Amino acid sequence: MITKLNHVSIFVLDQDSAYDFYVNKLGFKVHTDASMGPGMRWLTVTPPEQPELEISLMAIAEGMMFKAEAAEQMRNLVSKGTFGFGVFECNDLLATYEELKAKGVEFTKEPTREFYGFEALFKDDSGNWFSLGEKAK
Amino acid sequence: MPDSLAAQYPKIYLYRRVVQAKLFIDEHHAQSLNLGNIANEAYFSKFHFIRLFKATYGKTPHQYLMAVRINRAQVLLKQGMPVTEVCYAIGFDSISSFSALFKRITKLSPSAWQQKELQRDAEMKSKPRNFIPNCFAEMNGW
Repeated sequence: MITKLNHVSIFVLDQDSAYDFYVNKLGFKVHTDASMGPGMRWLTVTPPEQPELEISLMAIAEGMMFKAEAAEQMRNLVSKGTFGFGVFECNDLLATYEELKAKGVEFTKEPTREFYGFEALFKDDSGNWFSLGEKAK
Repeated sequence: MPDSLAAQYPKIYLYRRVVQAKLFIDEHHAQSLNLGNIANEAYFSKFHFIRLFKATYGKTPHQYLMAVRINRAQVLLKQGMPVTEVCYAIGFDSISSFSALFKRITKLSPSAWQQKELQRDAEMKSKPRNFIPNCFAEMNGW
């Protein structure tokens, strides 16, 4: 029986820039930052209150995972905002929204009360989008 | 641009003040901060400020400041900074109160925590494969 998800990948255009976004803007913690050689870096971050879930910030680079053409297609798709990778949770959506806006995070939907909850949508520095919801009080 | 959030949520200005105070603490955590002054800057009575801050962040401003300092201490310790220097760099006056708070939060003394992290970092450099799920390493040809 599967019990947990402990790693999940997000494809990013640039790992240095993603590091800055996820660590300095979102406030995530670096879990592992291991270099496997030039241009090969395994970088994972964790949400502040979920240290057991490693989010791997995977560079889209030509290599074994992506052939040159596939890497180019993937970069295009990511930067056009094709992929939505998940739903983050916060304790207070209005405060979190105001803070992230102040830090320059781009929102594509302001905090809105929907039938399923209170949510906003934002994009990371690559173009991946996320829902941000408020924990039920 | 019209502020559509302000129209929807008339109390958004309260959030903005609390968020500004939080960002102020983030930025100035290493200084000797007077939380009463922060309340004044945010145009609140101290009591009102603490109540709103706690309702928003789940911690009083003082508890939050301590958490920010300990987080920063962890970053500096990981970089190899000596414990005494870390203590002063994050705004503590006394090593014993810093060590006690650090231990309460992390269950380890600052020096033991630092040793553990530096060991992990060294291993990450010498045996990076040990830190990467094998399937990902293979897929990348590492």
